Amino acid sequence: MTNYNFSSKFKHANIISISLFFISIILITFKGLNYGIDFKGGTLIELRSNNTEASTIRDVLKNMDLGDVNVKKFGKDGDFLIKVEEKGDNNKLIPEIKKNLSDSLNSDVNFRRVENVGPKVSAELLQSGIIAISLSLAAMLFYIWVRFEWQFSIGSIIALFHDVIITLGIFSLLSLEINLSIIAAVLTIVGYSMNDTVVIYDRIRENLGKFHKLDISDIANLSINETLTRTIITSVTTLLALFSIFILGGEILRGFSFAMILGVLIGTYSSIFVASPILKYFKVSYKTIEKEEEKIVP
Amino acid sequence: MLNFSKINVFIIYFLLIFIALFSFLNFQNENDQLINKKINLGLDLQGGSYLLLEINSDSLVKEKIQSKVIPIKKLLKDNEINYNNFKINDNSLSLSIDNIEKFDLLFNSKKDNFINPYIDNYRSHELDYKKIDDNKIEISFSKFGLLTINNSALKQSIEIVRRRIDDVGTKEPTILQRGEKRILVELPGLKDPERIKALLGKTAQLKFRLVSDNNEFGTDELISEDGEKLNISKRIIMSGENLIDAQPSIQNQNNEPTVSFTLDRLGAQKFGRATTDNVGKRLAIVLDGEIVSAPNINEPITSGNGMISGNFTFQEATDLALLLRSGALPTPLIVVEERTVGPDLGEDSIKSGITSLIVGFILVILFMLYKYKLFGLIANTALIANLLMLIGVLTILEATLTLPGIAGIILTVGMAVDANVLIFERIREELKTEKSIIHAFDSGYSRAKITVLDANITTLIAAIILFAFGSGPVKGFAITLGIGIITTLFTAYFLARHLTSLVVLNTKNKEIKI
Repeated sequence: MTNYNFSSKFKHANIISISLFFISIILITFKGLNYGIDFKGGTLIELRSNNTEASTIRDVLKNMDLGDVNVKKFGKDGDFLIKVEEKGDNNKLIPEIKKNLSDSLNSDVNFRRVENVGPKVSAELLQSGIIAISLSLAAMLFYIWVRFEWQFSIGSIIALFHDVIITLGIFSLLSLEINLSIIAAVLTIVGYSMNDTVVIYDRIRENLGKFHKLDISDIANLSINETLTRTIITSVTTLLALFSIFILGGEILRGFSFAMILGVLIGTYSSIFVASPILKYFKVSYKTIEKEEEKIVP
Repeated sequence: MLNFSKINVFIIYFLLIFIALFSFLNFQNENDQLINKKINLGLDLQGGSYLLLEINSDSLVKEKIQSKVIPIKKLLKDNEINYNNFKINDNSLSLSIDNIEKFDLLFNSKKDNFINPYIDNYRSHELDYKKIDDNKIEISFSKFGLLTINNSALKQSIEIVRRRIDDVGTKEPTILQRGEKRILVELPGLKDPERIKALLGKTAQLKFRLVSDNNEFGTDELISEDGEKLNISKRIIMSGENLIDAQPSIQNQNNEPTVSFTLDRLGAQKFGRATTDNVGKRLAIVLDGEIVSAPNINEPITSGNGMISGNFTFQEATDLALLLRSGALPTPLIVVEERTVGPDLGEDSIKSGITSLIVGFILVILFMLYKYKLFGLIANTALIANLLMLIGVLTILEATLTLPGIAGIILTVGMAVDANVLIFERIREELKTEKSIIHAFDSGYSRAKITVLDANITTLIAAIILFAFGSGPVKGFAITLGIGIITTLFTAYFLARHLTSLVVLNTKNKEIKI
C-alpha cells in the first residue's frame, strides 16, 4: 500500500479546483460554447475531393449567400468539413450546394456525409441534452443519498459539477465543438467520476467504522491510499481504451474521445481532491454513520 | 464465496457459452444459418439516409374552416337567425348573430350534427365558439378538433410516404411516426436522398381546372409552362383523388415522355361531362398550384383515360406518375432533420472502429498481464468472455450497432477490468492480515461486492438516461455501454470468481501472489 499524504495537499488542490471552476464558468458564459449543428441548426457536409483547397470551396459557397460558412480540413488531404449556418427550413438548399460544388470544383466530389438540422429540432435536441445531463446528476444524487449519508451526497455532487463544468470550460477555451456525442461523453463522465468517488467513499465509510480514533483527514488519507492502486489501474485501462479511439477511431469520434479523456483525468483527480476533502469540511466522523444506522434500525 | 455447487457452475458456463455463441452468428453467411439473428448496422456504419419530416396542418385547418362557411350560413338561414359581419380568418370565422342561445343549441347538439360533429373518443365537439361581445362570436376548431385533423393528416401522410418510398424501391425502409407531427424515415444504403426528398417534398395535389377567358371573380391568375399568364377558374372539374393509375409513357408522334392516367368511374363521368361541355376550351392541369400544361380540349374524353404532357424528361414523367399513383399528401412535408452517410464513409468508420477496438483490447490485456500475472490471465479470460457475451446479447436483441456504439464497446473493455481490479486489490489487502489464503480470497470477494455493485450502478444509471434521451447513433452508445456493464458484472462475479476459486483451491495453502 502506498502512503502519500494527500490530505496535506487538499487546501492547495481546492484553491486550484475553485479557480478552474470559476474560470470555466466565466469562459462558458462569456466566450460561450461552440455548438455544432446538432444544437445550433444548420448544414454540415463532409466531402472528399482530389487536391482541392479550402479557399476554393469557400469561394464557391461565398457566392451563394448562405450566411456564416465554415470550411476546414478533415482528416486526409482533400477531405473537408463544411458547415453552413442556415436560416429556416429549406428543402432545396442541400441539392443546390451539392450541385454548385460538383460543378465548380475541378475534381470528383464525393459527398461522404450530409447533415441538416432545422432550427426547431436543434432547439429540442439542446433541451433534451440539458435535461439528460441534469437528470443524470439528480439520479446520481438520489442514488448516493440512498446508499450513503447526506454529506457524501453533497460531496459527490460537487465533484460531479466540478468535472462537468471544467470539461466544458476546456471545450470552451479550445473552441471545440459541442454536439450530441459530447453530451454522451459528459454523461459517461458523470457515471465514471461517480464510480471513482463511490469506491473511495465506500472505503472511507468502512474505515470510519473501524478506526474511531482517527480523524476524518487521516481516514480520508488512509482510504485514498488503500484504493490508490485500483484508482490508477482503472484509469490507465480506461485511458488505454480511450486513446485507442482517439488516435485510431477516426475523425467522427475524436471530439467524443477527447472529452472522455479529459473527463477521466478530471474525474479521477476530483474523487481524491474534491470529493474527499468535502467530507472533512462537513466534519464527518464515525458518529455520522452511526447516527444513520440508528435511524434505520430503531 | 469460493464454493460453487456443481449446478451453479453448470448454469454459469451454460449461460456464458449459450450467449457467447450468438456472437458468432454475425460472422456467418446469412444463408446457412439456423437462427436468423444479427446485429444491425446503424446508418452511420452501413451508409444511408435518415430523414425527419414534419407535417404542417395550418393550411389544412384553413381549408377545413373555410369548408364550414356555407353549411353554417345555411344553418343560420334555415333557423331564422340573422347574422352579419361574417368574416373568414386564417383559422377562425367571426360573425355577429342576434340569437346566441338558439345558435348554441343548434351548434352544440350532439345528434346528427354534421356541421359540428361530436367526437366520442374525446367527448368534445369538433368546433368551438367563444363570445367576443354581446352578439359577436368567433368559431374555431376545438383542441380536440385540431388534434383529430392533425392525427388523420399524419396517418394519411405516413401511408402516402410509405407508398412513394416503396414505389422507388429502396431496400428495407423504416417509416415511423415520431411524436404528434413528425415522420421518421430511415433509408439504409441510399446514397443520394435528393430524389426521395424531392418526391416527399411535393404534396402532388392534382386539379383539372378550366382556363377562363376573362379575369372575372372566381379565377386565379397562374403562369403556364410557356410563361403565358392564364386565368384559371376556381371550380375544380376533377382532382387526383379520382385517379386509379398513372404510368409514364412515350407519345408515339414525337417521342415525348408523358404520363397516362386512368380514372375511376366517378372521375370518368365527371371528366367526360366537363370535356363534352367545353370542347374548344383549354383545360389546365394544375399540380400543387402550378400549371403543368393547359391543352385544348379537342374532343370529349369519356373513356376515363387521359394523358398529361408538359415537356417532361422521362425521369420527370416517371416521378410524376409515381406521385399521382401514390396519392396526394394532405399537407406539405418539411424535412426538419436529415443525416446522410455515404457507404464509403460507413466502411471507413467500421474499419477505424474495429481497429481501435482491437488495439484498445490488446493494450488492456497486456497491461493486466503485466500488473497481475496469473490473475491477470483470469481477468483477461473474463474480459474476452465479456466481449463475446456483449456481442451475443446485442445479437439476441438484434440491436443496432452505431459508431458511438463501437466506442461504447471499447470503453466497456477499458472499464470492465475495474470490477476484477477492485476484487484483486481487496484480496491483496486481506492476504496481509488473514492467515488462511482461502479465507483471504473469500472475504476479498464478499467485501468488494458492494463496492463493485455501487460503482457499476452509477454508470448504468448514466447509460439508461442516455438511452432515454439520446437519439440515433448516441442511443447505440447507451445500449452497448449499458449491456456492457451487465455482462461485466456477470463475468467478474461468476466467471472470474470461479476461475479464481479453481486456482486457489488447487494450490491449497501454498504461496499465492496476486
